[in-house]
Amino acid sequence: MINLIGSESDSQRTLYPYVTGTSVVGIKYKDGILLAADMGGSYGSTLRYKTVERLKKVGKHSIIGASGEISDFQEIMRNLDELILYDNMWDDGNSLGPKEVHNYLTRMMYNRRNKFNPLWNSLVLGGVKNGQKYLGTVSMIGVHYEDNHVATGFGNHLARPLLRNEWHADMTFEEGVKLLEKCMRVLLYRDRSAVNKLQIAKITEEGVTITQPYALKTFWNFSAFLNPTAGAEGSW
Amino acid sequence: MSELAGTIPGKGGFSFDLCKRNDMLASKGLKPPSFLKTGTTIVGLIFQDGVILGADTRATEGPIVADKNCEKIHYMAPNIYCCGAGTAADTEAVTDMVSSQLKLHRYHTGRESRVVTALTLLKSHLFSYQGHVSAALVLGGVDVTGPHLHTIYPHGSTDTLPFATMGSGSLAAMAIFESKYCEGLTRDEGVKLVAEAICSGIFNDLGSGSNVDICVITKGKQEYLRNYLLPNPRTYVSEKGYTFSKKTEVLFTKITPLRELVEVIEVGDAMEE
Repeated sequence: MINLIGSESDSQRTLYPYVTGTSVVGIKYKDGILLAADMGGSYGSTLRYKTVERLKKVGKHSIIGASGEISDFQEIMRNLDELILYDNMWDDGNSLGPKEVHNYLTRMMYNRRNKFNPLWNSLVLGGVKNGQKYLGTVSMIGVHYEDNHVATGFGNHLARPLLRNEWHADMTFEEGVKLLEKCMRVLLYRDRSAVNKLQIAKITEEGVTITQPYALKTFWNFSAFLNPTAGAEGSW
Repeated sequence: MSELAGTIPGKGGFSFDLCKRNDMLASKGLKPPSFLKTGTTIVGLIFQDGVILGADTRATEGPIVADKNCEKIHYMAPNIYCCGAGTAADTEAVTDMVSSQLKLHRYHTGRESRVVTALTLLKSHLFSYQGHVSAALVLGGVDVTGPHLHTIYPHGSTDTLPFATMGSGSLAAMAIFESKYCEGLTRDEGVKLVAEAICSGIFNDLGSGSNVDICVITKGKQEYLRNYLLPNPRTYVSEKGYTFSKKTEVLFTKITPLRELVEVIEVGDAMEE
């Protein structure tokens, strides 16, 4: 690698993201993992695409959620699909579990980062294998860890405090969905690149289900919003 | 009467005289002193009888905690209080200044101060300094026209809101408010929610920490609850204690008063300097 960084004109590195997805939130619950993400793909400050599926199945045991550059996510999915295909071709009764896929993603992200050409994504990887639940995250520079609840992007600032207060072990499916919806609603109110169209992905020992897109109810009728300057004429 | 050719600046506003010199020093590698910031969580909400303000108590100087228990809820008038985030000196100075102006105004008019008065004084001061006075404020109070809550940004813009958060921990606190706020809260519910929001900032934001201060303002009454919650107590106490055991044995004592060795002139000329 003689040309380490080189001049900007001849490099093909990712310098900034173009079409981006916003936060992904994930939690462990009694039977497995729940991930939530909205379906928005922003092009800078425009909400360009509104049916971007940011939650995908990976093999039999895992689901991945991605935020950041959508084209890089598609590249990651190509690599993961190839990985799973080759694993199936061994036909030896073993299959890659979420821990292995997470490790593969970490290596992929970190190696790209070392070449100064990152895949501009923050990923959430969750799954269940042999009764063991696993939930991990990888950032674009290769920072990876696993936890009972993870979030990317704005979710770190807005959703993690709520999850830290309200997550507990062995939540039921309904409790888990309610908690995720609570986080997604706060993100919808306070993240400018969020859209009100989200999917929730569930993975258990039985398999993967990704819901159809739906919208959250929002409340805008505070009396202070209707007449903000009552008693403070002239201010805003 | 001669005048300096066009170099007398107009009164008021920020003086940019030293900027060129600061830039020159910075380019030579001199790091400017870091500000004492209150990297903070401050919140306010309106409940059925008035306003509740809350703040954490940590003041930071870069990565160091400079003050573990500072006061971020400032007095403006008997019925108006203001929480401040940003540079500590700026919030302190600007709230003190406007508090004095409000007092003079009360003497002048003979009436209780209104929140919009404080709001206008603060925002016009901050705007004239074009954001260089780094004070982000949550102003709340109850006056004859009712309870009011406003946020004021360093550049001088304001918002009138039913609930508000500012500072580095504002997102953590706002997550709590957005999920749990509703109208017509009672005093206890409101205080509980404010404490929860500040705790969310304290535990999830590195710039905020230590204790929770709360101020409840209602018509004709205010309660300043300093250190309402202390969720970060110092729990480790050494069992050994902090005194030192006497290890050295005294064999004998001899005291020599210096008077025998030194000539002390009681009266007469003092020594020449």
